[in-house]
Amino acid sequence: MSTVRVSRVSAAAPLIAFVRPRGLTSGRAVATWAALLATTAIALFPMYWLYVNALTPITATPPLTPILWPAWKLDNILRLLTTSKHYTQWVLNSLVVALGATLWHAVFDTLAGYAFAKRRFPGRDAIFTTLVATLMVPIHVTFIPLYLINRELGLIDSLWAVLMPATSNVFGIFLMRQFIQTLPGELEDAARIDGCSEFGVVHHVIVPLSQPAIASLAIFTFVRNWNDFLWPLIAVNRPQMFTLTVGVASLQGEFMTDWGIIFAGAAVASLPITAFFLLFQRYFLDGLRLGALK
Amino acid sequence: MQHLRAFLRAHGWSYAFILPSLLTFAAFTFAPMAWSAMISFQKVNLRTGGTWVTPIWANYERAFTAQSHVFVVAIGNTFIYTAFTVTTNIVVGLALASLIQPLHRHVRTFFRAAYYLPAVTSSLIVGMTWAYIYNAQWGFANYLLRLVGLEPVRWLSNPDIALGSIIASTMLTIPATAVVLFSAAMGGIPSEYYEAADLDGASPLQKWFGITLPLIKPTTLYLSVIYTIASFEVFERIYVMVPSGVGNSTQTIVTQIYNAGFKDFDLGVSAAQAMVLFAMIGAVALVQFRVLRSDVEY
Repeated sequence: MSTVRVSRVSAAAPLIAFVRPRGLTSGRAVATWAALLATTAIALFPMYWLYVNALTPITATPPLTPILWPAWKLDNILRLLTTSKHYTQWVLNSLVVALGATLWHAVFDTLAGYAFAKRRFPGRDAIFTTLVATLMVPIHVTFIPLYLINRELGLIDSLWAVLMPATSNVFGIFLMRQFIQTLPGELEDAARIDGCSEFGVVHHVIVPLSQPAIASLAIFTFVRNWNDFLWPLIAVNRPQMFTLTVGVASLQGEFMTDWGIIFAGAAVASLPITAFFLLFQRYFLDGLRLGALK
Repeated sequence: MQHLRAFLRAHGWSYAFILPSLLTFAAFTFAPMAWSAMISFQKVNLRTGGTWVTPIWANYERAFTAQSHVFVVAIGNTFIYTAFTVTTNIVVGLALASLIQPLHRHVRTFFRAAYYLPAVTSSLIVGMTWAYIYNAQWGFANYLLRLVGLEPVRWLSNPDIALGSIIASTMLTIPATAVVLFSAAMGGIPSEYYEAADLDGASPLQKWFGITLPLIKPTTLYLSVIYTIASFEVFERIYVMVPSGVGNSTQTIVTQIYNAGFKDFDLGVSAAQAMVLFAMIGAVALVQFRVLRSDVEY
């Protein structure tokens, strides 16, 4: 009898711990949950409404009574893909830019982060401080010179013009340095004794141990470049070379009265990144903490 | 030569590891910065190159005075936007992080993720979505007003309201970074502090003001600075919500830099305005380093 009771208590206890904040009365717990759920609703409503509208057939002006539940129809999206000449091209362009930047930062930020974290060399701290100081430089300062250079090199309207400046961003170097500093040095020494070259140390010791940090870095870099807007807007004029954000912003001018297409364009552009976050949210939140400058 | 060889043997790999990054920073950050500083004192002709302007500060003078001082109005708008959004972000971030702190680990993760979810979407698309919410005819905001029997509002076309609408859209976006970082900072405070306070009979509010708030001060400062910088640079949201601006009422620093440089092709003025923004952000960062010097240890 008593064993049954004990097991019942122990089964319910985690559930109570789950909903009942530590050290709070029931009244306070209810108030906490109400506040948190209300703010979650506010946080998610705008994007929810966008998706609902995208999934409900709308060919002209949306109805005066807002649609709050999706019809689960893909009409808008199919019309977007058939009428908007370049939408799929924009997706590809954004993928190329975001993946290119991610590849660059994953490789070279790991190398640089390792050098700044573990190696001693003249000028190390001065160089690192200078790079971190670029966080204070508004990127807008660089736009006119970058535009003139790309114009001179004939790169305007190419993805190179969009991609290249994305490689000078210090976030990943900082994140990798923070992470690699916490790794013990013994493994590196052991690898050197076993005859690893310096590059081999990075390849066989640092990279495997830094997987979570590299994942965070890759995800942040991808999202940052997928979402980037102002520089691509300046660097590219021909519609077929737009990145997705620039293209989506241009839909409003092109399909002024067909709101269904505009909703679909915006929703489809945010979908991959949202799915990406849901899959890898741990790396996002870890990266955010690691990359915070203190 | 002998020295050089020894130096390279000792440090060659280190420099090789950082070289690719250094080159991109030199090419895409430092050189453009220097050139931009130069252009801010020049008149640029796309074919013949730049010539120095006279007087040498002429671009800066025009930056502030052109089109009946619209840049001054834009700086004012940017400050208003910054004051409201940074304050709200910090207060809301603190409140939500404090509320989720006593919850179970998994629940905490759930709320952090829910708050962060909209933050991964481009601010351009978030801005577009808010433009639909504010649509005067079929938008959700006016629907709510109609429900309670109020007259519809021209949220984004009335010059007295437009900036307020844009600010409200940012204030209603949960400051996800703040929630995550505050939550992490609060989780890092040793529980002994709270246990000691419990022994002294402190109330939850006393503990929050006496222990939590002072110990997370570095995070608060860091977040204030990154939010201030982001607000100084606000652009996407405004670009999509009010594409051509509502008179001068929705101009901000970056919309001015963009208009001067890439609509009017007045590169000198645009560069000068960008340098002003740079100086403003530099000043904020300097203040941060001053204040951060009184760091807490625990």
